[in-house]
Amino acid sequence: MTQHSHDSVFVRTVDAETLPPPQNQSGIRGWLWRNLFYSVMDYSSVGASVRSLAMLFFTVLVSYVGITQLWYLLDFVFLSAVWSDPTGIKREACWTVSQGGTLPDDWHAACWPFVFAKLKFLAYGPYPMDELWRVNVTGLLGLAGIFWLLIEALPFRRLVGVLMLTAYPVIALILLTGGASDANYVNSGAYILVGLALITVGRLGQRGLLGVLASDFASIIGFVGWSLIVYQVLMLIFSVDVGLEPVGTGDWGGLLITLVVAVTGIVVSLPLGVVLALGRRSNMPVARLLCTIFIEFWRGVPLISVLFMASVMIPLFLPEGVNFDKLMRALIGVMLFSAAYMAEVVRGGLQAIDKGQYEAAEAMGLTYWQSMRQIILPQALTHVIPGIVNTFIGLFKDTTLVSIIGLFDLLGAGKSAIADASWSSPVQAISIYLFVAFIFFVFCFGMSRYSIFMENKLSKSRSH
Amino acid sequence: MYFNSNNLSAFINDARVRNIGFQVLIIGALVFSVWWLMDNTLTNLENRGKSLGFGFLVQTAGFEISDTLGTWLFDYEVGVSTYTDIYFIGITNTLLIAVLGIFLASIIGFTVGIMRLSNNFVLKYFATVYVEVIRNVPLLLQLFFWYFAVLGILPGARSQLEVLGGLGGLNITGLYLPAPVFQTGFGVVFFAFIASLVLSYGIARLSKKKQEKTGQGFNVALIAPVLIILITGTTYVIMGGPLDWTFPEFKNTGPIFKRGFQSDTGMVLVPEMLAVLLALTLYTAGFIAEIVRAGIVAVSRGQTEASYSVGLRPGVTLRLIVIPQAMRIIIPPLTSQYLNLTKNSSLAVAIAYPELVSIFAGTALNQVGKEIEMIFMVMSTYLVISLITSFFMNWFNARVKIVER
Repeated sequence: MTQHSHDSVFVRTVDAETLPPPQNQSGIRGWLWRNLFYSVMDYSSVGASVRSLAMLFFTVLVSYVGITQLWYLLDFVFLSAVWSDPTGIKREACWTVSQGGTLPDDWHAACWPFVFAKLKFLAYGPYPMDELWRVNVTGLLGLAGIFWLLIEALPFRRLVGVLMLTAYPVIALILLTGGASDANYVNSGAYILVGLALITVGRLGQRGLLGVLASDFASIIGFVGWSLIVYQVLMLIFSVDVGLEPVGTGDWGGLLITLVVAVTGIVVSLPLGVVLALGRRSNMPVARLLCTIFIEFWRGVPLISVLFMASVMIPLFLPEGVNFDKLMRALIGVMLFSAAYMAEVVRGGLQAIDKGQYEAAEAMGLTYWQSMRQIILPQALTHVIPGIVNTFIGLFKDTTLVSIIGLFDLLGAGKSAIADASWSSPVQAISIYLFVAFIFFVFCFGMSRYSIFMENKLSKSRSH
Repeated sequence: MYFNSNNLSAFINDARVRNIGFQVLIIGALVFSVWWLMDNTLTNLENRGKSLGFGFLVQTAGFEISDTLGTWLFDYEVGVSTYTDIYFIGITNTLLIAVLGIFLASIIGFTVGIMRLSNNFVLKYFATVYVEVIRNVPLLLQLFFWYFAVLGILPGARSQLEVLGGLGGLNITGLYLPAPVFQTGFGVVFFAFIASLVLSYGIARLSKKKQEKTGQGFNVALIAPVLIILITGTTYVIMGGPLDWTFPEFKNTGPIFKRGFQSDTGMVLVPEMLAVLLALTLYTAGFIAEIVRAGIVAVSRGQTEASYSVGLRPGVTLRLIVIPQAMRIIIPPLTSQYLNLTKNSSLAVAIAYPELVSIFAGTALNQVGKEIEMIFMVMSTYLVISLITSFFMNWFNARVKIVER
């Protein structure tokens, strides 16, 4: 029985060792195989060989171009670049021997001392030197507010948000312009009295003391009264002389203008876009038609022509004596334009909301505005946050166009810095454009990363 | 009779009544604001001693426009051509940029978009870097970059960089290329070319039908090119070669001010146009690449796997399964990119390439001062272009849409 007569039978008592994966499937070799050689090593048939060879050629070409260009850029920006101008010789610091300078003749790289010298101009434009702290304070306040809003762990985010939308613009405007605008105190006083009267009427109407008809219109009357008072109070605030030297918008420039145009466009275009999108989906034919025409008109024409229109036609549209400055006109153009784009993004969000949500809101007895504000819009807007951020990025890049109608935004300031003959050299233009491009890239890339982050977060929260 | 306040309340709270009332209010506000704007405008115009009207369109224009397709088509001559000519020159140049830009941007964009999905990391990262950089830098800045920083350091007007093996040349005054000169009889050759194209299309249709019936088609990929070359070539020879070329003439001897490329030889692409084309193409290609990538990614993985499991090869899978489905997702945003490109061509005003906004809403507007009429004309032109493109793309979109059964 126990004789091992069946020696040929082999029963394994220990598990075989797990073999390592094939060498070309793991580690660096595996990675290279999967990500590089797989596409260029298939010679099993004629077609595959042709494809592999084409890929090989393409890969080599792209690596060559990529590496040489990257090296060229590195060399241009860092290695060969002139970094300082200790002796204060300005343009000659970036001249080659044959141009009269000291650099070798085949030198071609960035001239950073020129950019450093223009840094202030790029940031503030011709804003008065002694008043720059005002711009800085405005910027820092804004930055602090935005970071507070973006970091979700911080408390009081709602309060900060409300302050950023109400108090901050007022403070910013006073700081930047210096306040002390003209105001007609008698008129303002009269308007405030009228506003108070309207609010009183509204209140009385709400209590039913003025008959049924008035009670229906009470909220509208009250709203008009409040708007009047807020507007006049704002006028009065702006007219207070806080002891700052007035700085006209003509003296603004550089990054300051870029940010003012972008932020105003962004802040105004969102609510305007929401209203337009709601109008386009409304069941009132007149509202729908008007909103559709408005949206399609602005989306169908280039921003340049909108800015041209704003700069030459707005003065014609306004009554005599009323005059908007150049910045204001550009802002109006940018607002209308971006509102139309924003409206289409918001409409996408509205369309993505399930019909049941609308019906449920209606079944609850909510009015149109209540259901929009509390049920539909919160969902629709979160849905399209990535789209909204993308529109912001587009708007931010589009602000460069205001330089064409004569405002010195970041790009315009860069362009006029090039005209400075005391720094003129063949690499002057390219240096400053690289720098400006870098700033825009940082802003836009940051926003696009944020949009991707939000998208991932939303898709996670939606999936459970 | 019972017109008491309760009825009134019910009346004004009726949803339909409110709707109508609100719309009447909107119309009223609209009419009022239009009237207000018109009134202001008319007063302002009167105060400035201007009047409305399109009479300026027949006036002659007195400013130079650089040589472009538009000026060549409309025989532009200072002091002879009218502002109508300028308008059409502007449209021609805008459309030229748009068509060339769309063509090139589509090619680059599709290539880069597919490169981003490649399993070859060199191609993948190159494409990713390209897309991220291009999309996050303003177009106007890129335009300046190409125009001032790259094309600005080309050799001066008295020297050249040879291109096409010396047949053409490049310097700061532009890209000089051989220009075709059409002799009489070229029309026939052109017609033959079109006819051969139609014939090839017919054969392709036939082949498809035969393939659907019998499983075997003709080798259209071989027949069609042979047919086109054969027919066009024979006609060309029969007509006695009705196509000549003039070559750009470059002198570097003789009086110094006469050196360089001679005028009226060959064809010149002005540097403004090159810069606009480069900037617009590369910029839009970045966006198209993202659209293409997103479109292909959106086709579910199961489609590819199913296709492999029925034995289709990767190339065929891509061509017959993935791309047709991806196209449905790609086309609508692609259309808006094409429109964006067309509208963005107006940025050329910044470097004075003579397109619509630049010469008509810019130079001509400064000369004539008819703000309202001219801006109206420019805006409606862009609107019409936009509408036509969207109609065409909607039609195309409807064709490639899923046919639900």
